[in-house]
Amino acid sequence: MRAFAELLDRLSLTASRNAKLVLLRDHFANAPDPDRGWALAALTGDLTFDAAKPAFIRKAVEARMDPVLFGWSYDYVGDLAETVALVWPARPGANREPELSEVVDALRGASRAEVQRLIEGWLDALDATGRWALLKLMTGGLRIGVSARLAKTAVAAMGQVEVAEVEEVWHALSPPYDDLFAWLEGRSERPTADAPGRFRPVMLAQAIDEAIDFGKLDPDDYAAEWKWDGIRVQAVSEGGVRRLYTRTGDDISRTFPDVIAALDFEGALDGELLVLREGGMASFADLQQRLNRKSVNDKMLADFPAGVRAYDLLSDGGEDLRALPFAQRRARLEAFVGALNTSRIDLSPVQTFATWEELAELRRQPPPGDPTLAEGLMLKRWDSVYEAGRPKGPWFKWKRDPFLIDAVLMYAQRGHGKRSSFYSDYTFGVWTEAVDGSRTLTPVGKAYFGFTDEELKEIDKYVRDHTVDRYGPVRAVRADVRHGLVFEVAFEGLQRSTRHKSGVAMRFPRISRIRWDKPSGEADELATLERMLEQMEGR
Amino acid sequence: MIRPESLLCPKPEGLYCAPGDFFVDPVSPVARAVITHGHADHARAGHGVVIATPETLAIMAERYGADFAGSVQPLAYGESVSRDGVQVTLVPAGHVLGSAQAVVAWKGLTMVVSGDYKRRRDPTCPPFEPVPCDVFISEATFGSPVFRHPDDGHEIAKLLRSVEQFPDRAHMVGAYALGKAQRIIRLLREAGWERTIYVHGALERLNHLYERHGIALGPLAPATSTAKQDFAGQIIIAPPGALADRWSRRFPDPVSAFASGWMQVRARARQRGVELPLVISDHADWDELTATIDELRPGELWITHGREEALMRWAQLHDIKARALALVGYEDETED
Ligand SMILES: [Zn+2]
Ligand SMILES: [Zn+2]
Repeated sequence: MRAFAELLDRLSLTASRNAKLVLLRDHFANAPDPDRGWALAALTGDLTFDAAKPAFIRKAVEARMDPVLFGWSYDYVGDLAETVALVWPARPGANREPELSEVVDALRGASRAEVQRLIEGWLDALDATGRWALLKLMTGGLRIGVSARLAKTAVAAMGQVEVAEVEEVWHALSPPYDDLFAWLEGRSERPTADAPGRFRPVMLAQAIDEAIDFGKLDPDDYAAEWKWDGIRVQAVSEGGVRRLYTRTGDDISRTFPDVIAALDFEGALDGELLVLREGGMASFADLQQRLNRKSVNDKMLADFPAGVRAYDLLSDGGEDLRALPFAQRRARLEAFVGALNTSRIDLSPVQTFATWEELAELRRQPPPGDPTLAEGLMLKRWDSVYEAGRPKGPWFKWKRDPFLIDAVLMYAQRGHGKRSSFYSDYTFGVWTEAVDGSRTLTPVGKAYFGFTDEELKEIDKYVRDHTVDRYGPVRAVRADVRHGLVFEVAFEGLQRSTRHKSGVAMRFPRISRIRWDKPSGEADELATLERMLEQMEGR
Repeated sequence: MIRPESLLCPKPEGLYCAPGDFFVDPVSPVARAVITHGHADHARAGHGVVIATPETLAIMAERYGADFAGSVQPLAYGESVSRDGVQVTLVPAGHVLGSAQAVVAWKGLTMVVSGDYKRRRDPTCPPFEPVPCDVFISEATFGSPVFRHPDDGHEIAKLLRSVEQFPDRAHMVGAYALGKAQRIIRLLREAGWERTIYVHGALERLNHLYERHGIALGPLAPATSTAKQDFAGQIIIAPPGALADRWSRRFPDPVSAFASGWMQVRARARQRGVELPLVISDHADWDELTATIDELRPGELWITHGREEALMRWAQLHDIKARALALVGYEDETED
């Protein structure tokens, strides 16, 4: 338990992805079986208990100390698990620190009454960090900024294999993953990956570099199709097992029972999850209504019907198609989808074009209907096999040009990790005009800086020299009609939002240029964004 | 029996002893001052006569210059000075080099002004000595049950393990210039870290002073080399303010560590962007505060500064008469 607790402790304060990977990799390499397997399960979300409720823990601590002192402590710390971990008045005695596997075994097997007694003993034996980790584990939700994907990447790094290999076998495994570690340490064969309904690691596209790539590519070698603005999924139905996975292998079947019900086939489809109404797709904002929900109700299902627009066919009636060229897979896909009897699965059409100029025109001026909601185009070599990861060359994505506005820097905040000594996270605003003609800035978005160190230093200096107020790590920067720093902000789309004061939220905003030359008063108005939004909705 | 308030009472300048006509740790210039220790909020320049341990006087001279007071009266641990029937004795407080409790006795009444103190071992100063008294005057910087400092050896091991795990990164430890920095260096040496430790310029003079007082710090070097990569795998000690400052940019992808009792609370660490909190404090934690009061069982407990609310509640539950003086001007030194 101690090693696991110290791992969680470090992860909870580590911002850099690389540093997290080092911490995780070292833990998986050094912790014994089965503790490390349970640690992996806890991090991937494959380990949950309902044995300990926060109310019980609070009662247990208040039985041991003055409730008034506890209440003040809780007010100060603000997190129940952390407060209890810190204040717990341990009873001295022959307490031995439990191993993680002992805790897991007990929580999975014991009755509620037994568990409560055990928990008090464990809290007595552990130090504050151990208690914190135990309570986080028991009450669910580690919330330490580690995704399932990152944990799997670290395991793969430990075994020096690609993460796709781990993902491929993942759904055939169960905690504490003894077989996985045995394989990664070269002590046994790769675990079998042919369980029905399993996830296949996804093939991803490189972003195209217009200036370089088109000169080298022959349009005859490539198929083009729209890149739909939903989320990439894999829909599998094999031997009665039906699953819907995200592109990182997270199982989202429970959130989309309507899609699962429509998987009336034997095979594995690659496609885009969308809200589909009468054969047409709805905006990403509609799909968002369905994402990240634990439970779904009938009204949700009726108002936001989900479906899959198919890109590729990975398996057909038990036959693995991934080694076939795209041209053949595409032909199989068209026949496969054509034979289905559902409106929830349709085909992403291939676009015909003769030259790159012709395709560029299509991208610039999508025809009315769904293509206006596409993120851009995908290019796939007709002869490409379906290969996990992001190989260079066979597939490209060619995103639509971003939307651009000029906004004024309002607040700056220190970054994380390497950037923690720079003001590198920025909140920017655009102008709104009051009835009396006065103009004020309304924040419309936040982005961090993505350019050279030199430019970062210049902005950092600007922020320090023009600070007008401070709130903790945030500085307010002078910004009015005559003074202020203008950023050109690029973004992929706009949505209405009640959470933002401006009423709009940007998708993927980033700072594309610093406009040292532009007077702040000439930055864009909120009305410009509202017009863009109306155009997008009207399309 | 004399009322304790007639011997010591709180005034805007600090605790005042009327029969002896002196203040303890006054926050503004006074004619006569007894100074418990060298931290800036307790030891200020500009007093007429200063009574303190020789070490504290040396620290004040180093910080403020030789003319920091009209005159000085060194008082070694265990020695006493009397004036108008009031006897003052300085006794180790275990806080930093030279730190002392002021034991004030008059007409059979004994009051102990503890200043800042801690109860655990510190390789840079002698341990706190409990003195039986009628009134114990305590700080309460960490006067909440959430503050329970772990063993410092455990925290140092955490730092050394991180250095091993991230050999390409520099480890930058924020530590207050007087006391904490030298204690961290000593603890690192005890843990077997024999390599050069790099230090921020603001620590150099106090490091030398500690060495002159017999506290060997081992090989140190200024953290001013220009080659970034030279600092990979090294430990650098700097005042807390330098952690998030431009100063830190000279180091390769630094791991920011901060040695402070406040680091016990995760949100505090997060707020300051600290990646590796080291819970090492020169103040008594909750268990030390309550154990000390329990051990001394004073007739009255007075609390000078810090989080007195919880300690007042604890005293009430334990039938100890307590009073919060709410003295202003003392802040915890790590809260820069
Ligand atoms: Zn102090
Ligand atoms: Zn103090």
